[in-house]
Amino acid sequence: MSGAKPQPASKISRREMLESLIGGSGLVLALAYGRPLRAAVVKQSESLATDFVPNAFLRISPAGEVTVIAKHDEMGQGIHTGLAIAICEELEQDPRQVTVIPAPADPAYGNSAYQVQVTGGSTSSWSSLEQMQQAGAVAREMLVAAAAARWGVDTSACEARDGAVHEKSGSRQLSYGELAVDASRQPVPEDVVLRERKDFRRIGKPTPRVDSADKVRGIAKFSLDQRVPDMLTAMVVRCPFFGGTLKRYDVSRAEAFPGVKAVVRVPTGIAVVAEGYWPAFRARELVEAEWDAGAGGSLDTGELRKLYHEKAKQPGMVARNDGDAIQALSNAELTVEATYELPFQAHAPMEPLSCMVILKEDGGAKIITGSQMLGADHPAVAARLGVDPSRVEFQNSLLGGGFGRRANPQSDFTIEAVEVALAAKSLGRPIKTVWNREDDLHGGWYRPMYLNAIKAGIDNGKIVAWHHRVVGQSIAKGTPFEPLMVQDGVDQLSVEGVADMPHGIPNLTVELHTISLPVPVLWWRSVGHSHTAFAKESFLDECAHAMGKDPYQVRRELLQGHPRLLRVLDLAADKAGWSKAPAPGVGRGISVHESFKGFAAHVVEASVENGRPRVHRVVVAIDCGLVVNPDQVVSQMEGAANFALSATLGSKISFSQGRVEQSNFHDFSIVRMNEAPDIEVHIVASDDEMGGIGEVGVPGVASATCSALFEASGRRIRRLPVEDQLA
Amino acid sequence: MKIDFTVNGKPHTVDVAPDTPLLWVLREHLELTGTKFGCGRALCGACTVHVDGQAVRSCAYPIEYAQASQVQTIEGLESDRIGEAVVNAWIDLDVVQCGWCQPGQCMSAAALLKANQSPDREAVDASMSGNLCRCGTYSRIRQAVDLAAKNLREGAE
Amino acid sequence: MKTVFRVVSASLVLGGGFTVLSCVAESGDPGDDAPSPNWTSVDRDTPQVGDPFATVARVLRHPRCLNCHPSGDVPKVGDDRRLHAMGVRRGDHNFGMPAMHCNACHRSANQEAAQVPGAPHWQLAPRSMGWEGLDDHDLAETLKDRSKNGDRSLEDLLHHVSEDPLVLWGWDPGVGRSPPPISHAQFVKAFRHWIDSGAASPAPGTTSY
Repeated sequence: MSGAKPQPASKISRREMLESLIGGSGLVLALAYGRPLRAAVVKQSESLATDFVPNAFLRISPAGEVTVIAKHDEMGQGIHTGLAIAICEELEQDPRQVTVIPAPADPAYGNSAYQVQVTGGSTSSWSSLEQMQQAGAVAREMLVAAAAARWGVDTSACEARDGAVHEKSGSRQLSYGELAVDASRQPVPEDVVLRERKDFRRIGKPTPRVDSADKVRGIAKFSLDQRVPDMLTAMVVRCPFFGGTLKRYDVSRAEAFPGVKAVVRVPTGIAVVAEGYWPAFRARELVEAEWDAGAGGSLDTGELRKLYHEKAKQPGMVARNDGDAIQALSNAELTVEATYELPFQAHAPMEPLSCMVILKEDGGAKIITGSQMLGADHPAVAARLGVDPSRVEFQNSLLGGGFGRRANPQSDFTIEAVEVALAAKSLGRPIKTVWNREDDLHGGWYRPMYLNAIKAGIDNGKIVAWHHRVVGQSIAKGTPFEPLMVQDGVDQLSVEGVADMPHGIPNLTVELHTISLPVPVLWWRSVGHSHTAFAKESFLDECAHAMGKDPYQVRRELLQGHPRLLRVLDLAADKAGWSKAPAPGVGRGISVHESFKGFAAHVVEASVENGRPRVHRVVVAIDCGLVVNPDQVVSQMEGAANFALSATLGSKISFSQGRVEQSNFHDFSIVRMNEAPDIEVHIVASDDEMGGIGEVGVPGVASATCSALFEASGRRIRRLPVEDQLA
Repeated sequence: MKIDFTVNGKPHTVDVAPDTPLLWVLREHLELTGTKFGCGRALCGACTVHVDGQAVRSCAYPIEYAQASQVQTIEGLESDRIGEAVVNAWIDLDVVQCGWCQPGQCMSAAALLKANQSPDREAVDASMSGNLCRCGTYSRIRQAVDLAAKNLREGAE
Repeated sequence: MKTVFRVVSASLVLGGGFTVLSCVAESGDPGDDAPSPNWTSVDRDTPQVGDPFATVARVLRHPRCLNCHPSGDVPKVGDDRRLHAMGVRRGDHNFGMPAMHCNACHRSANQEAAQVPGAPHWQLAPRSMGWEGLDDHDLAETLKDRSKNGDRSLEDLLHHVSEDPLVLWGWDPGVGRSPPPISHAQFVKAFRHWIDSGAASPAPGTTSY
């Protein structure tokens, strides 16, 4: 997930917010706050009685194995390494020597920014840094106390260093493993003093990822890799139309297919349960199903575009209103207007979705999956099974990409897998429900389709009025997050990035039309910013062009008083050589945008070759405040640029006669090696408030790319993806 | 259909439908889950393995074609010096993000370096374009191929 | 199978292999400005009249043939002749780049589940046999030119179009791909007729679809 403005500018207190979350939804979103550290120790299924388990995040075995239990899910962003670094900073342990495992479902692992166990919103590092440091410090103090007791000296005579406690004045030392049993008997310290930032030894230093070697060697276990004895594989025939219903079906041929164990009806369709992927896949093709298309049967992207354009002509719900934009527009010397469109967008993580369900005799279950939101999935599964959550055990895995798809407050694929297991319960075997790529791209939960219509008024070379209308579906509506994220009828996720734009424009109105469609939608890496930044930054470029001014300087003027935005903007412009002309035929575009408490500027160089866009170079400047692992900040910026370029240049989800037109990577076109630009990342050394990283590199790429293509070709792209618009 | 073949130097016999893709035989019958499933249509490269020394997409490689063949997967890649150099370069440069595509990337990189010990940028791009990475680690993949090639050249001197 | 391998090695060694039929599918390749013909409109039962080469040319310009006889280095796919996805390139041996050889994906038969077409020795025709952008005259000249066609005589060419499994694949291209406008037997007959009538090259300027 993402986008949920962590502790937003809302006036709701945290208590009220939590009450509304719990009361409004029926979902029990358990809380971790206010628990003493000792109480937060959860049952760690693999831990032994002899292990030292000072808190929920750490255990040390007598053999000296240090295990970090990661409250955030590793989906590529390097958070397992980040959490280990933070713990090791205080534990005095080499982070390369620890094992990091995914946390079970437990309130102890709630995201401190959302009070729900979820990885999203680019919150992981900043929301848990201090908590992890504390976890490490508590363990260290207990280990030191154990050593002091063993030696009969005061704790002040001992120091922890590199995985052992040393006697300061002597040569005696005891490894953490040797101290594990004794440390368990030490009292948990009430208070620990954390190292000051200037004294950090590990935070901020480049640290290799803890998961690299196992992932490269194919040893690391993702959800789809998880196997248990006797397991079966299920694939589901789903309705090709959103909101449709099953009319008639014949499963006789599928049932007769070798290897098929059962073909069962589930709420989402018909599940074929078989001995492995291939028989399940082949037999699924033999299911004959006839559907009532329902509300989604007439979905058509062309028609939707017309609807969106019509809506944009009418006033919407006001998300922000400064001054009087309409009056200022009518008085302005010059007006500029443009409309920007973005399609539905699929997350398409490389690892297709899967979820294994092992039903237990007590009515509970063990679930093995890859989730970004156990805080929703756990209570949802318990509710579906009608048991107390304590009877539902979750084993999370490494995630082969998430981008928001695995953080569904409605737990779609998890609950579906439970439905399959229940429907085929008589088989008495574990069942893993598996999606293939076609299922993934047809399966919904897309980034919504959006339209942004903007008018600006310009006087004396300055933008004095900005009237912005957003049209799109609400992500939060109808979910437990609605009370938190929908304020006065405006889903903040739809307008984030523009309703809070800090530019010095005296008359600024932002309106929202929330469209209801049968297409299930979800946060997609950078959420609302993924469309508002494209519109806002592209339009600033158009305004600069209309004024005959340098687009970099226009931004500088509008962002006076916002030093963090200015700093990244200047850094990107400087590193990209903005003051020098680009190579012949190459255009250049610039953008700067704040999202998720992080600040990013992009300069993109691109040209048009044989009617096709070609992106040569992306220069990124990023300020996220305190950096935990600089190389992973670089990595996230590199990855975000390519991720965003895919949606800029080629990928989309469109509808014709109710059906999704894309089905696999031949027509859902994501950037490949031969299209991937050179990417340079420059991190601002910043003492400012720590912010997010994972999504922050996405929003600014599309507009900077399209501005560059405009400079190169004279043709303005206002509808993504670019595809063949330059042919 | 009974198929005898060798995987990472070990002989195996499986009895499965002849159209079963090698990918699923590896993952489900031999429990070698390092070879990944991404598209099922030879479009993403996550399932790349070597059959008789050639990089192939195992999701679109019916097992009947594997009769008597020598298959190498990511689990066996480090048995030769090129594979070892590739894996080491990938680890040294922290190429991975989510990691799902990376075994396939490594298999393609090793196939490239077997054919061309000093690939230039164009050759790397053209040979690695069959392997998608949704996390967008392409810059590092390029660097890692270069590093592996450099280490191999230096090791051979 | 032995025959098949000989064909492959011959084409690799001579650099002049002759592979009529093709792969999988993007329009807009430079040098390919031909209009997109409507293949389904062709009347297969009408006896061919006019220039003996016209019928041959119509087949050779069909996507099943032309897609893998590109004049550039990128094969095409599909009836709409899109550029082959994945950045597939010719490579040094008309067999793709290392790690992306044609047989990384294409087997010796079509695969319906993965929707990947296949036939024995699946590969690109050499650059010398790139036909895109050629009119009937230049196409005929290219076919006959032993420095371009793999040192084949007219009889060798006839044998090739009659029996090469990759040629035959064109008439069994799998789901979603149309076959050439006439049957293989009619094509062979037309080819023989062209040879028997002197294998003349039509006058420049005509392009038969």
